[in-house]
Amino acid sequence: MTAIDLGAPTGMEQARASADEASLYGVSAEFDSVPAVLSAAHALKDQGYTRMDVHSPFPIHGIDDALGIKPTILPWIVLTMGLTGCATGLFLTHYTMATGFDLGHFTSLEGYKYLISGKPFTSTPGYIPVVFELTIMFAAYTAVFAMFLLNKLPQPFHPLFSSERFRRATQDRFFLAVEARDPHFDVGDTSELLRQHGAVSVEAVQE
Amino acid sequence: MAVIDFKQPVVIPSKEIDNTGDDPRARAELITGDHDLTSVTDAVGRVAEQKPSWLWWACFALASAGAAAFFAQIAYLFLTGTGIWGNNQPVAWGFPIINFVFWVGIGHAGTLISAILFLFRQNWRTSINRFAEAMTIFAVVCAGIFPAIHVGRPWLAYWLFPYPNQMAMWPQFRSPLLWDVFAVSTYASVSLLFWYTGMVPDLATLRDRAKGKIARFAYGVASLGWNGSSRHWHRFEKAYLLLAALCTPLVLSVHSVVSFDFAIAQLPGWHTTIFPPYFVAGAIYGGFAMVITLAVPAREWFGLKEIITMRHIQNCAKVMLGTGMIVMYAYSVEFFVAWYSGHHYEQFVFANRPAGNYKFGFWLMVFCNCIGPQILWFRWARNSLLAIMFAAMCVNVGMWFERYVITVTSLSRDFLPGSWDQFEMTIVDATMFACSFGLFFTLFLLFLKFLPVIALSEVKTCMPQAHGYGADTHEGEHADDHAGGGVSHPDASGAPDPPESPPQENSS
Repeated sequence: MTAIDLGAPTGMEQARASADEASLYGVSAEFDSVPAVLSAAHALKDQGYTRMDVHSPFPIHGIDDALGIKPTILPWIVLTMGLTGCATGLFLTHYTMATGFDLGHFTSLEGYKYLISGKPFTSTPGYIPVVFELTIMFAAYTAVFAMFLLNKLPQPFHPLFSSERFRRATQDRFFLAVEARDPHFDVGDTSELLRQHGAVSVEAVQE
Repeated sequence: MAVIDFKQPVVIPSKEIDNTGDDPRARAELITGDHDLTSVTDAVGRVAEQKPSWLWWACFALASAGAAAFFAQIAYLFLTGTGIWGNNQPVAWGFPIINFVFWVGIGHAGTLISAILFLFRQNWRTSINRFAEAMTIFAVVCAGIFPAIHVGRPWLAYWLFPYPNQMAMWPQFRSPLLWDVFAVSTYASVSLLFWYTGMVPDLATLRDRAKGKIARFAYGVASLGWNGSSRHWHRFEKAYLLLAALCTPLVLSVHSVVSFDFAIAQLPGWHTTIFPPYFVAGAIYGGFAMVITLAVPAREWFGLKEIITMRHIQNCAKVMLGTGMIVMYAYSVEFFVAWYSGHHYEQFVFANRPAGNYKFGFWLMVFCNCIGPQILWFRWARNSLLAIMFAAMCVNVGMWFERYVITVTSLSRDFLPGSWDQFEMTIVDATMFACSFGLFFTLFLLFLKFLPVIALSEVKTCMPQAHGYGADTHEGEHADDHAGGGVSHPDASGAPDPPESPPQENSS
């Protein structure tokens, strides 16, 4: 649960020891500019690394390509739930305002027979505002909650939070974290590679 | 960052960099001052971290006293009944509905800034969208209270919602008043989600900057463990885009539905097809006036002048002027249609407005909405905060009186002279409306103190540093470590080499 500065004299030994104990989460490299972290991410991807992520204070243009992030399915979930909301609205209004069909023991739920200017009791155009609002409501709630769930948030703890330096990931620095689970991972080689690509600091992070 | 050389020198009443020019050849700077990612984070973080000034405490004391008085009056209302208001027959709507339309309208500017301007890629919105959205939420809170306490027996207000019940009764879905329940509740909850979602990364920033244990824990819970992962950002941006796309028709629908409350009725002066666009334009007009009213003092007091620049204020003023013209046009068309319709009840109502019992309200509305804000056509006025505040205050007053004129003049003078009656407001009417501002400002001041007032992560995406420029100051420190010295990967399609001069982020 600590972060080990690999620049420190005994840092690498400590990191190797915890790698042997399989308690190493990975290494996290700090960058101070967008081009630097982009170039490092591209370089690691070219070396075959897959289990890595960039943590940044804002979305970086071009990072999806550099990390090989695939388009999210979120829009399809939102579309589905939007259509569900639309269907719910149509059903709710037509069912509750229905007076023309007999549903046996459900008939006690039939709507008012209010005669308003001779308009039909069931008038779909009059329900459009409610149907529309329910469509938006379902879709918008889904966009938010599905996004957080797909991101596995809320997630109160993350190994990277043990690093003091990582607190700048939401402020003004960019962190490229490579997980120890990656087949190409080696504490020495990976951190050396990161340093070659302009990392300001490299830390090993324990689980 | 270079100072842009505009052809025409303009006078700015402060020492800021002038980014207010209209020269299309040079893009104006979005943020003035020599800001980098660190200093922008500090400038915004400080607002939430430092101890509030005496001015904040003074405002908060006043506002929370108002809010307390508001709730006390609601208690008085519940114990006594709606007779404490001036509402009568035929003016059954009176102040509560006027105030409802006024407050819900103010909210619209926030959603316009956060959703519609987002879809139009107006990057200047990033400096003001957060607090404009906050304004939306708090205005809708105030708006929601008025119809709820107006229903007579507010403890039964849940009857408005469709739920299976022992009475075997459903709400009347053909009624615009029920449409309003759906529109406003959807609007309130979706605006809240939109606001919160956008705030999560910035709450994480405050969490990571927090010194105290309580602050760290509270921001930690609120930020859901956001860690800035690129995979998270990818979905976040998609969700934000979808929300903006969903909120855009939503915000237009909400005030349209509010206008249906009037337009579906057959009352002269209400029963017109122009109401939905007229109400939406009026809502945005009034909302931008409130944005300016809040932004001008807030940027002054919290040292955010370099982030909410003069250009932002001017853009708001221009949107206000534009929507004001639509509102003026709607006023004229109403009169034209009343004359052209040949419908003498309609003609009477429109003759009665400027010349009848409520002509004071009508002419105040005309002055405040149609004449006062016209000073914004002049460059000197758009460069003067005082003139902009004058125009905004005009609109704040004028838009309330617009709803007063629409509601009261039509209801009090309908078809039959036998059913006419005069509406007289009571002291409670006036104080209740005034105290609703107390609730609004209490919530707003708490927001200014505890939450990120600027959408930090969005502002950062609009800074040169987000595109690989402006990092040159760090170049010397790590020159030896850099394999390519910050030069992008040859395969990186989206990241060009840093050019000689930093580009200016667009704004309009």
